[in-house]
Amino acid sequence: MKVKLVYFAWVRERIDKPEEEIDLPAHVVTARDLLNHLKTLGDGYEAALQYPEVIRVAVNQEHVDQDEPIAGAREIGIFPPMTGG
Amino acid sequence: MTASPTIRVQREDFDLQAEIDWLVAGRTDIGAVVTFSGLCRDEGGSLNALELEHYPGMAEAEMRRIAELAVERFALQGLTAIHRFGKIAPGENIVLVIAASPHRQAAFDGANFVMDFLKTAAPFWKKEHPKDGSSGGWVPAKDADDSARDRWIPR
Repeated sequence: MKVKLVYFAWVRERIDKPEEEIDLPAHVVTARDLLNHLKTLGDGYEAALQYPEVIRVAVNQEHVDQDEPIAGAREIGIFPPMTGG
Repeated sequence: MTASPTIRVQREDFDLQAEIDWLVAGRTDIGAVVTFSGLCRDEGGSLNALELEHYPGMAEAEMRRIAELAVERFALQGLTAIHRFGKIAPGENIVLVIAASPHRQAAFDGANFVMDFLKTAAPFWKKEHPKDGSSGGWVPAKDADDSARDRWIPR
């Protein structure tokens, strides 16, 4: 499955790109699987996702829990906890 | 009559009075207008600017979702929520929420509810740019903000 990933704030800075399109291996089923897979892609990813439990995930621009499946996602946002307002 | 919320995510500043005037224009049924505006603090003079990053598209959608929940829950007659992005200097506006209702309590609660959820669910992030030229850091999320949100959730 090909999916567009978009990164924000310090996740974007550590991965060192705002977005990319990647091909997901078949074993990546949930948002948590995705974060674990990304961690294996290089030092920047490892640094950004060192503590995956604090990372927030949005599928097609809606928040999801990390144990939710990502099948059918066109765009997945990956970012730290929000600090607006 | 409840109204469809006005939501804007923009780089430009906003005018509080103009936004209030627009919300109440032609209405004689509104009894209470509560306005919250959030400004950039200088953190004891150490801050040059805050940089607000957002997730375009999702930020608007999430603010609309929160605003519609508030309109429904507090039977608001009008609601405006505006959030800026980009570099914002101390003293400048960051966020505006205006809630209108027949009576004050619903307007206070509506504005409060929107801010508590906006801070914890709308995809915005703040980066500090200190005056001393150091690289600064991303403002960490606060547990207190989660607690503020959770008081609206029935147990």
